[in-house]
Amino acid sequence: MAYHSFLLEPISCHSWNKDRTQIALCPNNHDVHIYKKDGTKWTKIHELKEHNGQVTGIDWAPESNRIVTCGTDRNAYVWSLKGEVWKPTLVILRINRAARCVSWSPKENKFAVGSGSRLISICYFEQENDWWVCKHIKKPIRSTVLSLDWHPNNVLLAAGSCDFKCRVFSAYIKEVEEKPGPTVWGSKMPFGEVLFESGPSGVSGGAGEGAGGGWVHGVCFSHSGNRLAWTSHDSTVAIAEGGKTSTISSLSSETLPLLCVSFITENSLVAAGHDCYPVLFVYDGTKGSVTFGGKLDVPKQTSQRGISARERFQNLDRRATSSETTEQGLESLHKNSISQISVLEGGKSKCSTFCTTGMDGGMVTWDVKVHTHTLHTHTV
Amino acid sequence: MAKNTLSSRFRKLDIDEFDENKFVDDHDEPVDNQGPDGAEIDNLIRQYPLRDMMTAFHIALRNPPVNTKNPAIKERALAIVLRVLTSFKSSDIEPAVKSLDRSGVDLLMKYIYRGFEKPSDNSSAILLQWHEKAFAVGGLGSIVRVLTARKTV
Repeated sequence: MAYHSFLLEPISCHSWNKDRTQIALCPNNHDVHIYKKDGTKWTKIHELKEHNGQVTGIDWAPESNRIVTCGTDRNAYVWSLKGEVWKPTLVILRINRAARCVSWSPKENKFAVGSGSRLISICYFEQENDWWVCKHIKKPIRSTVLSLDWHPNNVLLAAGSCDFKCRVFSAYIKEVEEKPGPTVWGSKMPFGEVLFESGPSGVSGGAGEGAGGGWVHGVCFSHSGNRLAWTSHDSTVAIAEGGKTSTISSLSSETLPLLCVSFITENSLVAAGHDCYPVLFVYDGTKGSVTFGGKLDVPKQTSQRGISARERFQNLDRRATSSETTEQGLESLHKNSISQISVLEGGKSKCSTFCTTGMDGGMVTWDVKVHTHTLHTHTV
Repeated sequence: MAKNTLSSRFRKLDIDEFDENKFVDDHDEPVDNQGPDGAEIDNLIRQYPLRDMMTAFHIALRNPPVNTKNPAIKERALAIVLRVLTSFKSSDIEPAVKSLDRSGVDLLMKYIYRGFEKPSDNSSAILLQWHEKAFAVGGLGSIVRVLTARKTV
């Protein structure tokens, strides 16, 4: 585990390059800064200034080495490295509200932008006009799209939205790809088709009235694409398995809402949010249950010292308990909400390292092997 | 100047109601949850003031009127549940909370917060004790679910 404090301001979003030596992040303003790793130090090597509003999403395509950014100025830019300089290309998204999240497809021939205009823009490059063109997925989204994740087949796209639903859409663009084969989510995939929708009116939920209660903050497909996990603002995490449309397993957790989630093996996922530490969840496919696997940020036990009578009364006055611990702040590494998780090594099937950034301007890289060993949980 | 600049009648219109993109909740199953049975609970409380509080408690939490939009039904259910909650002894609260499952604790939390809205003579003290015990089991998540639930009790 390594904690690096980049800024004093929140990191709005981040993305890593292919070999994980450079990180592009937005320091809560209109720019994107690219930092390069030198041993244990990080030096800023580029500043990408083009947006007129806060940059809300960054994605770095590993193979083609292009960066796509989207912001509250309703624009997206695709950046290509020409020599030593990153040159932007404007993409007209035709939205009238801020863009919220962006993601390259696995084959990097298109990307999806979720926005506050209640639609998803799927953008692809048209060779004849030398221009990025976008198509909209509008129905049946009824509020801001907060998070996106692509299925490995490059066609299906999961979207979490503020209308309390998580959906899987088809983003099949016939100009850039072949017709996809059938998957567990369905076989007919015309553009814009909804193949799955969570929530009370779609598929029945697992844990009573837990389904459909809050904004869906983070979505993630598993490595195979057969499972979809999402976290919601009502402090639940849910997993749906494609094909068996009546099973959504959800867990109402005791923590504050989780903002981001990622699969680290086919059966387990790591999520983090307003509680400032990542947590592990384990999914049992045979029983269809999600269980809490443990906190991944186990702070070192500080020595217990005696507490004087004066401190006891002071605690009673300030915090209504005269408890032993007088910790002034959070014990976790992150001192504020974690807003994004990205897998560094191992992919989503055998993740060995992942990274979190948050509102405290810090970035932590976590090793998975160490923690699953100390937790004595499932075999990875 | 135009005559109607003095008129402020337009200020009484709620313009958000006319917005065509206004979010409307999905309409689910209609009125099949009528709330707990008041008579049954009255009997239990009267006859066995100490022993069968647990049964009364469980009956009170059955059939929550979450799907109806009728405020009268909700008020009735709330009154019944609050009666049961306030007639509990402090020492019995913890086992009662432990006997509930996850969604039961969430439902209990919803009723507790509804009870906080209209404090009466001694309801706040006992409700706070209920809150403490329910929080120990449900954690912050159960309170978040009270805040974010679309179907209120």
